[in-house]
Amino acid sequence: MKKNKLNIAILGTGNIGTDLLIKVIKSEFLHCSLFVGRNLQSKGMSKAINLGITVSDRSIDILEDNPELYDLVFDATSASQHLKHAVIFQKLGKMVIDLTPARVGILCVPSVNLAECLEENNINTITCGGQASIPLAYALGLVHPNIEYIEVVSAIASKSAGPGTRVNLDEYIETTEKGIQLFSKCKKSKVILILNPADPCIDMQTTIQATIQNPDMSAINAEVNKMVSKIQKFVPGYNLIVPPTFEGNRVIMTVRVKGLGDYLPSYAGNLDIINCAAITIAEEYSKSVLLTRKLK
Amino acid sequence: MRKKVYIHDVSLRDGSHAISHKLDKHQIALYCQAAEKAGVPSVEVGHGNGLGASSIQVGFSRLEDIEMLSIARENLTKTKLAIHVMPGFTTINKDLKKAFEIGVDLVREACHCTEADITERHIAFARDCGKEVIGALMMTHMVSKEILLEEAIKMQSYGAEGIVLYDSAGAYLPENVREKISYLVSGLNIPVGFHAHNNLGMAIANSITAVESGAKIIDGAIRGFGAGAGNAQLEVLAAVLEKMEYETGISLYKILDAAEIAQENIIEELPTIKNLSIISGLSGVFSGFSKPVSRVAKEYELDARDIFVELGRRKVVAGQEDLIVEVALDLKKKNSTFNSSSNG
Repeated sequence: MKKNKLNIAILGTGNIGTDLLIKVIKSEFLHCSLFVGRNLQSKGMSKAINLGITVSDRSIDILEDNPELYDLVFDATSASQHLKHAVIFQKLGKMVIDLTPARVGILCVPSVNLAECLEENNINTITCGGQASIPLAYALGLVHPNIEYIEVVSAIASKSAGPGTRVNLDEYIETTEKGIQLFSKCKKSKVILILNPADPCIDMQTTIQATIQNPDMSAINAEVNKMVSKIQKFVPGYNLIVPPTFEGNRVIMTVRVKGLGDYLPSYAGNLDIINCAAITIAEEYSKSVLLTRKLK
Repeated sequence: MRKKVYIHDVSLRDGSHAISHKLDKHQIALYCQAAEKAGVPSVEVGHGNGLGASSIQVGFSRLEDIEMLSIARENLTKTKLAIHVMPGFTTINKDLKKAFEIGVDLVREACHCTEADITERHIAFARDCGKEVIGALMMTHMVSKEILLEEAIKMQSYGAEGIVLYDSAGAYLPENVREKISYLVSGLNIPVGFHAHNNLGMAIANSITAVESGAKIIDGAIRGFGAGAGNAQLEVLAAVLEKMEYETGISLYKILDAAEIAQENIIEELPTIKNLSIISGLSGVFSGFSKPVSRVAKEYELDARDIFVELGRRKVVAGQEDLIVEVALDLKKKNSTFNSSSNG
């Protein structure tokens, strides 16, 4: 038990879970007390064992049996599994950051609604494409409430999508669409995800297109730039490569997300952005918990 | 006894690319009636990129998916109604359930040729609903026969009842078809098929090679009505297969009538192999890119061929149309640097 760090557990040892582990190890505020999955032979598990982390292949059971070992848990399994896990963590009174598109808890985009989310005990990080696009859709919505239609297309490297992401494509789309509508207040949204098999791998790229009559381009540019620099503070590889451009009857912009290269190579910006979001939430939570403990 | 070949008609889906997805109800009804009369086994209907694809990214269809499918359903009885489905665009809740309510018979569950595992849930769902499901591997010129077989076996294990290899870029030569089709035929327990594009003028030859290599399903489009240079011309396929004494179940005169009807009422411009189609076939880029590339080339005053070659170098796949603008901006920048330095 580290005194000045919050104990966290990571459930799920795939691409997302393992990358989270590396980020937690680097964090000033978080300590990984348990890394759990179902297979001790998995790549992520071997990595954790090599790093000297306490691991278990008893998945949710070990977390259910040993609630004293952690204060917060990252769920990086799949949407259908999180539905079951959520009930257990609720019973145990544990803070959960859910990285699946299960949408059980409050949808969180740290650059927009972090403070509000910390009041809850189940926080959903939406989707990787959502973390990349929703802040920009929100910025558009600030300038133009009631946008008719927003469309988001993300292309990610095939290799960066693990088995969990692949079976969750439908949920990915539906959850991201919900998020776009919720945060931008637009009337309709559509999300498309492309897995690109190109070798060498492409960086994650997300294009946002919005149907807006007579857009106020200077206000849009100002809000978008403000948002981009806010995001860059916790996702350094987030870059606007096509600035808001008015074409026909729509505003189009594109961001590219290069990852930090913690577990997977830097092309996996999709993992990086959702994990950076999750870490930001956990660190803020940790700061507030540790502060309360100190006061006591 | 004559050997059978199943001809699957993609005119009202692949052809949508050629008319910017602007099929109307009258056109769908007319063509479905004609195909039914000709004894075409199945007709695929919808947006060029499939169910749920209507978007800014790949173009909006004139009609909603359900409108297109309903009108087709009303005009088909013996001929099966088919849809093209791509995970990433299509979802079960938003799209598949509605299409099944209308009474779709056959699902082409499609993905890029290395991504078969993203089709698992859709295939299982469609099979559970009692639909016939054929797995569609696209852009198959990009990988080896061994990889294609691995991916096809995955689809077979999810419940696919056939596998069709798509030559989405029209990049195959007959020897490539022979190599890949015969390898899949010997490695799978389910029928294998081929979907040709005519960029290099090989669509019919490649389809026939596929049949000779053991393919049981061949995709065709009336007058070749499909993306870019078009598909294997369906009425020509029917004629050639008849001459080779294969059984397709299609009446030759009636499919020729259907071709007249389509040419008069649906096809705005008969597919020809334009310069850009040749370049797209050679560079291995999906034929559906030719329209947006031409548009962007004009807007940014660039040579469309340069855009294609660069897209090929970046190994783009269908759905990545947003890259066209980025490539154009890059080329523009390079051109202006070149111009300013040569002027100075």
